[in-house]
Amino acid sequence: MKHLLLSVVVALTLHTPAWAEAMKLAVTTSFHNSGLAEILLPEIKRDLGFEVQLLVVGTGQAIRLGEAGDVDAILVHSRAAEVSFLASGHGTHRREIMYNDFVFVGPKTDVAGVKTAQNAQDALSKIANAEAVFVSRGDDSGTHKKELSLWEDAGLDPERFGRWYRAVGAGMGAALNTAAALDAYIMADRASWLNFGNTGDLALLYAGDPDLFNQYAYVPVNAERHSHVKTSLVDQLENWLISDKAKGLIDDYQINGETLFVFNAKR
Amino acid sequence: MSELWEGIAQAFWLVVTLDSDLVEITLRSLRVTLTALVVASLIALPLAAVLAVRRFRLRRATIAVLNALMGLPPVVVGLVVYILLSRSGPFGVFGLLFTPTAMIIAQVIIIVPLIASIAHQSLRELWSDYHDLLISLHTTQAQRIKTLLWDGRRALLTAALAGFGRAIGEVGAIMVVGGNIDHHTRVLTTAIALETGKGAFALALGLGFVLIGLAVAVNLCIHWLGQTERTGRW
Repeated sequence: MKHLLLSVVVALTLHTPAWAEAMKLAVTTSFHNSGLAEILLPEIKRDLGFEVQLLVVGTGQAIRLGEAGDVDAILVHSRAAEVSFLASGHGTHRREIMYNDFVFVGPKTDVAGVKTAQNAQDALSKIANAEAVFVSRGDDSGTHKKELSLWEDAGLDPERFGRWYRAVGAGMGAALNTAAALDAYIMADRASWLNFGNTGDLALLYAGDPDLFNQYAYVPVNAERHSHVKTSLVDQLENWLISDKAKGLIDDYQINGETLFVFNAKR
Repeated sequence: MSELWEGIAQAFWLVVTLDSDLVEITLRSLRVTLTALVVASLIALPLAAVLAVRRFRLRRATIAVLNALMGLPPVVVGLVVYILLSRSGPFGVFGLLFTPTAMIIAQVIIIVPLIASIAHQSLRELWSDYHDLLISLHTTQAQRIKTLLWDGRRALLTAALAGFGRAIGEVGAIMVVGGNIDHHTRVLTTAIALETGKGAFALALGLGFVLIGLAVAVNLCIHWLGQTERTGRW
């Protein structure tokens, strides 16, 4: 028995499984939280015969991973960051794949009256006027950048806000947990919100402004800079992502009967 | 509060049904941490014995530094290992970032000072008992170190278990260097962080109870293997 146990420990220690061919793709937390990855990845493995390893990080970190060459491609949603990534020669090109949208979530009592907002800027102005507690991602992610640009559009500067504006510096799920605990307003992507388990007294208050659309794009890392990038796998994945099969899977993906993503890749 | 009970129920069902994902990440947790423990012990235990037996100029400084490093913040270790292993870092050519090997490296760095410090404490006391005897027998330095390591094995076991405990429950460093990739570098602690992020507290707690159970089971196993606390033996 003792020897058996010892040999189990030794086997566990020495055993290093051989990994089949695989590429690394940095994706945003919001994409991963949507659960779409769990639909797409097994199909990709079946069709293309290799594994796509997902690194779930914020857009800011995804861009850094691409710059350092630690991933083979990135799938993110912050146009400005993607464009500057391409401009500095770190990526080869930017391929739009699909979009979803951001929503405003807040306490059911809705002290700021966001429900009656005319558009996204109006919703934010109402929150600022009421000085209702607002949780910001504060982690330089795509969602955070979007939120900052919306404040700017509304003519407000988060730097000058009082204590009601809480930048938590965390991922979407952790930020939602914080908002639920504080009964605060928060801007989230629809997918994360629908998949979120700990909603507490929060409810979806405002959505639908075209300004809140959230475009996802696939950006391969430049193999001229990083020779180890698996260009062939990256190209195969791109072709798969814009295929009719991917279109069907993305458009049909629903949570609680709600469609989340709209496929809009140009072929 | 009801989430605690749900968590216990979840943990129970996960274990009873031998959930395949759970088995996979549990085995990976064990593999990474046990490997790190073996490597760290191979470095730390001889180091502790040398520090007890030999007298050299920087001995006291080394001991002080080792003691201070027991409190190494894992997330900083993770970040440093990350930068070193990144493709644009000095060891980038090996392509180790986001692999189990990177997680093992980070854990070794975190637990070596801990194991060495605790081991040194007990070996030093043992050495003060053995000093006159071993000197009068004209033993060589290597023989003294071997004797100390063998006769102090129970205390060294405790040191190793402390290292195991720190490594198996650690999340800051392995999240950064492993990346929490499903089927590749996801372990129990990073899975718990992930499920908490999704607001799935019951599942996160369930995994947490499995982790605690695992740590206890490994400790019991090692004690049983080492036959500690039996009468007539030591």
